[in-house]
Amino acid sequence: MTDDQTRGGLISLSEWRKPSVRYGFGVLRWLLLVALVIGGLGPILWLAKSAITPTIDTISHPMSLFPHGAAWSNLREAWFTVHVGRYFWNTILIAFGSWASQLVVATTGGFALSVLRPRYAPLINGLLLATLFVPAVVLLVPLYIEIVHPPIVHYSLIDSYWAIWLPAGASAFNVILVKRFFDNIPREIFEAARVDGARPFRLFRTIVLPMSKPILGVVSVFAVLASWKDFLWPLLVLTNPNEQPLSVRLPSIQSQTSLGVFLAAMFIACLVPIAGFLIFQRSFLRGTGLGGAIKG
Amino acid sequence: MAVVDSPREPALSRRGLSRTAAIPRRTPVTWVRSGGLTTVVFLVPLLFAFGAFSWYPIVRTVVMSVQHTNLVQAPTWVGFRNFENVWHDPLFPIAVRNTAYFAGLALVFGYPVPLVAAVIMSEVRKRRGIYSALAYLPVVIPPVVAVLLWKTFYDASSTGVFNTVFGWVGLGPFPWLQSQHWAMPSLVLESTWANAGGTVIIYLAALTGVNTELYEAASVDGAGILRKVWNVTLPQLRGVLLVTMILQIIGTAQVFLEPYLFTSGGPANSTLTVLLLIFNYAFGNSLGGDYGKATALSLMLAVFLALFSLVYLRATRSWSSHD
Repeated sequence: MTDDQTRGGLISLSEWRKPSVRYGFGVLRWLLLVALVIGGLGPILWLAKSAITPTIDTISHPMSLFPHGAAWSNLREAWFTVHVGRYFWNTILIAFGSWASQLVVATTGGFALSVLRPRYAPLINGLLLATLFVPAVVLLVPLYIEIVHPPIVHYSLIDSYWAIWLPAGASAFNVILVKRFFDNIPREIFEAARVDGARPFRLFRTIVLPMSKPILGVVSVFAVLASWKDFLWPLLVLTNPNEQPLSVRLPSIQSQTSLGVFLAAMFIACLVPIAGFLIFQRSFLRGTGLGGAIKG
Repeated sequence: MAVVDSPREPALSRRGLSRTAAIPRRTPVTWVRSGGLTTVVFLVPLLFAFGAFSWYPIVRTVVMSVQHTNLVQAPTWVGFRNFENVWHDPLFPIAVRNTAYFAGLALVFGYPVPLVAAVIMSEVRKRRGIYSALAYLPVVIPPVVAVLLWKTFYDASSTGVFNTVFGWVGLGPFPWLQSQHWAMPSLVLESTWANAGGTVIIYLAALTGVNTELYEAASVDGAGILRKVWNVTLPQLRGVLLVTMILQIIGTAQVFLEPYLFTSGGPANSTLTVLLLIFNYAFGNSLGGDYGKATALSLMLAVFLALFSLVYLRATRSWSSHD
């Protein structure tokens, strides 16, 4: 950001010298900051506050700060009595499997299409790109029926995490992202390794994978976050409440418990994504995850 | 992976891989020797995942839309009856109208907000990271949590969160989700809040690519700040703005979570969207879904969006070549 100080932007240096511009923009900037704090942070702070406020206080005075003290018991009750702990674990398990499946497909597929480049690669590339233009809703019903009645194995995957893990791998966005990254690795490295007798599998494991840690990190972060956010698909294929992730359970929890405990459960559901965001802020804010802009 | 490490491989791979090597005749043996099999092995996860869970279901949608499917008997061919049934469903025009209303409202309210925020943020010199982090924070909140949290905010009683805040300045209480009139705008408000941050980040990235010499040239010509925004910033962002607009329209045309969790399509079907209707066709009936109707409607939506995108791209291309 330091070079921005000298760089002329929308507002030129001579304009910055005018008091009207400086103060006008100062006010504008503060208004934006206030709006962002209220809009971006406000709801989450309210949720954090209400998660440890007695239900009665939240219902009667939602905007006051602990009029009758805190109720830490909300969190404990949510975790144990409402079984948020179990759903939390389910969510992690589902996210982990989806992550692994996406990574396997994206790295092996990207390697084959970018480095090995068979004759038919353009065909596969085209089919991959085509899926990006198909709205997710088109897949919903046939995918569901395929999970209930798989064509060849004839063993219903309903209530199995495989029903989520396996389809998660079919993310064209990931494959293309990883493939693009592989495309930028200098070809000389592969040629040199081939001359030294490295076979494709070795090339993949000892050269390509270690060199692509940055992109794999980005894909991982977004894979876990997307899985954490997913609602409709796990709702359809996981019918047993004990196996469902948090996102699917939360609407039912709402009707089963008091508002305070429910808000505590929602707060717990936010913790991992927010922590992930704070840790990996840069990969989020650099705009790598443009795919996240597409609501699906 | 086992195939790659099979004992036959080492002898072959010495000369393999390099596709420039002259191969006189293509036989299965030369194909394996030149690493063709290894490539296929690497492609297996991709081909399996996409074949089973993307390409096949896409084809299956088309087939199912002209079939009557229940999970007990074999599907029967019904021609275009599914499409006719959807077309004559009294809920169909309601769902289309509501979806268009949602998309339109989201465009009117949600589209300018990230742009204005990003233009201001791009001029912030100190601690810009805080601004973008705050703007992006709602995007990382799980959508289910966001919707259910806002549902709490929208509590229609006078002690609801929003009604309390509006009460401070003497307004309300408002019925929010319980009114046919206000339910959809309430959904749009939450959806804008949840998604604007992602668009802000896209615009911020695009704004760093604006050629600063253009600003200087405009200043020399005596242009003020607002004029520079209008005549330099916006034309420079045109490509990104057009893409975010069509992406937003495609996204909002498929809105599901908000109507499903906020209102279940109510009150009086005022928030029933196309996706909710598809969901109701397929999974809303405990006696068994009408999968034919659901796939027919989802196909109609997909074809409409594809045609819309084509027209949009064609129109905006000719529009941009004129000036």
